[in-house]
Amino acid sequence: MATTEIQEDTKKLAPDSTSVLLRELVAHLGQNRTQLREEWVRRISEARLLTTMTKDEIFAEATSVYDSYVEALETRTFEALQAYAQNLSERIIPRGVETHEVVGIVLLLRDVLARSLFAKYQTDRALLGRVLDAYEPAANAIAITVSVGFVRERERIIREQQEAIRELSTPVLQVRERLLILPIIGLIDPHRARQLTEQLLRGIRANRAKVVVIDITGVAAMDASVANHLVLTVESARLLGARVIVTGLSPEIAQTLVNIGVDLGKMNTVGDLQGGIEEAERLLGYKVVLITEMSTT
Amino acid sequence: MQVPILKQGPYLIATIQSALTDADMIELRDALVERVGSNRSQGVIIDVTALDVMDSFATGTLQDVAHMVRLRGAETVIVGIQPDVAFAMVHMGLNLEGVATSLDLEEGLAYLDRSTNAATGR
Repeated sequence: MATTEIQEDTKKLAPDSTSVLLRELVAHLGQNRTQLREEWVRRISEARLLTTMTKDEIFAEATSVYDSYVEALETRTFEALQAYAQNLSERIIPRGVETHEVVGIVLLLRDVLARSLFAKYQTDRALLGRVLDAYEPAANAIAITVSVGFVRERERIIREQQEAIRELSTPVLQVRERLLILPIIGLIDPHRARQLTEQLLRGIRANRAKVVVIDITGVAAMDASVANHLVLTVESARLLGARVIVTGLSPEIAQTLVNIGVDLGKMNTVGDLQGGIEEAERLLGYKVVLITEMSTT
Repeated sequence: MQVPILKQGPYLIATIQSALTDADMIELRDALVERVGSNRSQGVIIDVTALDVMDSFATGTLQDVAHMVRLRGAETVIVGIQPDVAFAMVHMGLNLEGVATSLDLEEGLAYLDRSTNAATGR
């Protein structure tokens, strides 16, 4: 009985069958919203996804995602879904949700809905085929939209963090008249090395520095290209009339400098920052004298 | 285009005010070397503050000036290289090897005072 009804329906609605089928799907998904959503949430916890979120949070997000999903199927436009995906990503990324989890849950929803369609149309293979023809492209587009939205948001956050780290980590500090210190901490990549040099040269000119101490105690390793860049930095500082003292070289970095054949006559190095500052003060003609011991009472 | 060369006590100061052609650079070089002799100067300052580009010819000629002037008993110092210019120069391998450099005119004069005092033991 049911089979004949469906066949009759589709015969009548043949002309624009895709949108008609989709409308029928959307109606079905709307009617069965509650149990399909529950099935989805069950599968999510079975697959151990979204473990950093509470059950209530997952349920709330699942409701929004489900409704957006169905709406995207219905309208076949993705702007609202994209906006929702971005909004969702902004909220869940700080919660520690990973890419594979987001892709995973979207695919699980796709599966849950597909199974429900199989169950409904299983008696009519041809109709099932047409239903899937209508459903699959839309479902795939949705999966892609949500996943790509998530990944883009992550990339945006990473870029912002990198920029913030760069700004934080390249101060050029004047510690005496004509004496600058540039303490470098962390990894130096060619981009950061270039930024350091530009900042240093500007600092030399602004502070009329005659000596610069570049301390790399906080740099674990550098490759040959960055080591080369350090040499160039020393040379360009000289063109502005400033001497550079490099301090805090680790044994690894010392090895790298030797390996790339740096002319050590051109680079003035001292073991640690204290030694470097003392040498700089000497070059500038300072003499530091202890007058009285500081009392701590 | 002639670069003005001023006498300041025992020193000559040449201030380059705009980009120079190769011929201008040669002319500057020859003028400085000549005047070091006729003025019995002890030092030469070449101010390149106004240059926003220094190519290999300019760098090479400045090195020539320094060597030729030293043969005539005087010290040369290049002043006023801009940060961006310095950055570009060293990346092209032009590092003015063997030529003294200072930040600006004031520093250049201080440098010459120190080195000529050292030379004459005053």
